[in-house]
Amino acid sequence: MDLQDFGITVAIVVGGFALWILATALFIWGERRMVAKMQTRIGPNRIGPLGILQTVADGAKLFFKEDILPKGVDKVTYFVAPIASATVAMLTFAVIPFGGSFTVGDREYTLQIWDPEIGLLWVLAMSSIGVYGIVLAGWSSGSKYPLLGGVRSTAQMISYELAMGLGLVSVFIWVGSLQASEIVAAQSGTFFGSIPAWNVFPQLFAFILFFGAAIAEAQRPPFDLPEAEGELVAGFITEYSGAKFAMFFLGEFMQVVTMSAVTVTLFFGGPSGPLFGLEGTLAGALLGTFYFAVKTFVFMFVFVWLRGTLPRLRYDRLMDLGWKVFLPLGLLWVMATAAVVLIQDTLEQAQVLTGAGIILAALVLILIVGAFIDRSRGEAEPAEDEGEEAEDEPLALPSSAETAREGASRHGGARQVRVPK
Amino acid sequence: MEAYLTSYATVLALTVAGILLVALAFAVSRLVRPDREYGFKLSSYECGIDPVGTGWSHTHIRYYMFAFMFVIFDVETLFIFPWAVVLGTSEHQRFIFGVMLVFLFFVTITLPYEWKKGVLKWV
Repeated sequence: MDLQDFGITVAIVVGGFALWILATALFIWGERRMVAKMQTRIGPNRIGPLGILQTVADGAKLFFKEDILPKGVDKVTYFVAPIASATVAMLTFAVIPFGGSFTVGDREYTLQIWDPEIGLLWVLAMSSIGVYGIVLAGWSSGSKYPLLGGVRSTAQMISYELAMGLGLVSVFIWVGSLQASEIVAAQSGTFFGSIPAWNVFPQLFAFILFFGAAIAEAQRPPFDLPEAEGELVAGFITEYSGAKFAMFFLGEFMQVVTMSAVTVTLFFGGPSGPLFGLEGTLAGALLGTFYFAVKTFVFMFVFVWLRGTLPRLRYDRLMDLGWKVFLPLGLLWVMATAAVVLIQDTLEQAQVLTGAGIILAALVLILIVGAFIDRSRGEAEPAEDEGEEAEDEPLALPSSAETAREGASRHGGARQVRVPK
Repeated sequence: MEAYLTSYATVLALTVAGILLVALAFAVSRLVRPDREYGFKLSSYECGIDPVGTGWSHTHIRYYMFAFMFVIFDVETLFIFPWAVVLGTSEHQRFIFGVMLVFLFFVTITLPYEWKKGVLKWV
């Protein structure tokens, strides 16, 4: 590694970092503006043109706020938790290619900080470490609401990490590599000469699985249970203030940007797009960055859109979705993908069309199975709902012994969660 | 091998830079923020009333059950990753596919079992 390598690497790292911070700041502002539009409000419009500097002002304000260290906290972990949360969010994007490649002299460089063979496993690893930030914050606060919020979001995140992992596995089987650059390269051609060869077409179900899990991992609506303010005040960040609070929020919003970027890399061809003969030049690489940014912004908009549209899920529904729908269907999809890859490789003549037909058949099968599971759940539900009513209104008598028993067990369950006074 | 380690040095540098950036943010905040602490401001938050007992209260055992199940399925996913990479190029494709089916069967059978046992049921 000589001076040229070193200089260009540092430039790419700093540039990528700046791009991510900028995208995060823009996202926070854009979200507030767009949600305001969806709710027929005005939103922030005072600082800078259209209020674009609002994020900077808010960040600066938080730094001038008193940092309260409540009595009950475990000091070391209380301090470590926001660092873990923010640092992990900053590191996740290291493996994502955010632009094309260019040549200087006889050497080729790619706009990507790090391209290891473990590739996108890095994303999974980092989101696993991100759980530590939350659980430590919840525990170290020495207060009841943060503890409950921390435990709850840990359970949510580990549940959806499985679905996310299965979505990734399907893509890995399809592409045959974990490396981000190879996943992007595999999506560079076209299907039938007109549709871009993005993974989203053969791996549509994996995309739905992954994106759903990504929303839950980033703790965004409709899966923002950790911040259910009606139940948990502010969850694990209740006792945090000032700069530490700002770090948690920076981490959370950066997670949204990173998850959108990972989705684009895996399923939408990353920075690939028509280059108009600029291959290999810096301009071509930056054009790739432009394509990448546009695609990523689309997904960041979807995050905002979901927030503006959907109400928060109930906690048991959330866990049911993770364990009873995403996990089994994910496993089925992984095996279906593997079977298609196997058939494609074994039979020399088998073309993409055959694979597509089998995937379609598998999808139909999965939908039928899914509908069946849903119906069997729907049949079981009336009894549960009656039990619930019995709990909500103490005057209403349960209609049968069955519901009475269920109602009683509900009460018992609720009492265990309640904080002893 | 050297290039391999160099690539890890990049990410190590990025980690250190990330931690330093957060530490710097804390340091700057420490210089400019006010520091006026007194009695009630330092008490744990409990909806405006005096906190009762210790903050480390009981949580439901069910969370631990989910943590255990997560470990089982995460290990399963961990075994799938290397398999996923070699499946397309291996000479013994059908064999490793079959082996994975058997493995997945034995691990996944726990899910319907837990489901039936009511571990997945909340409230």
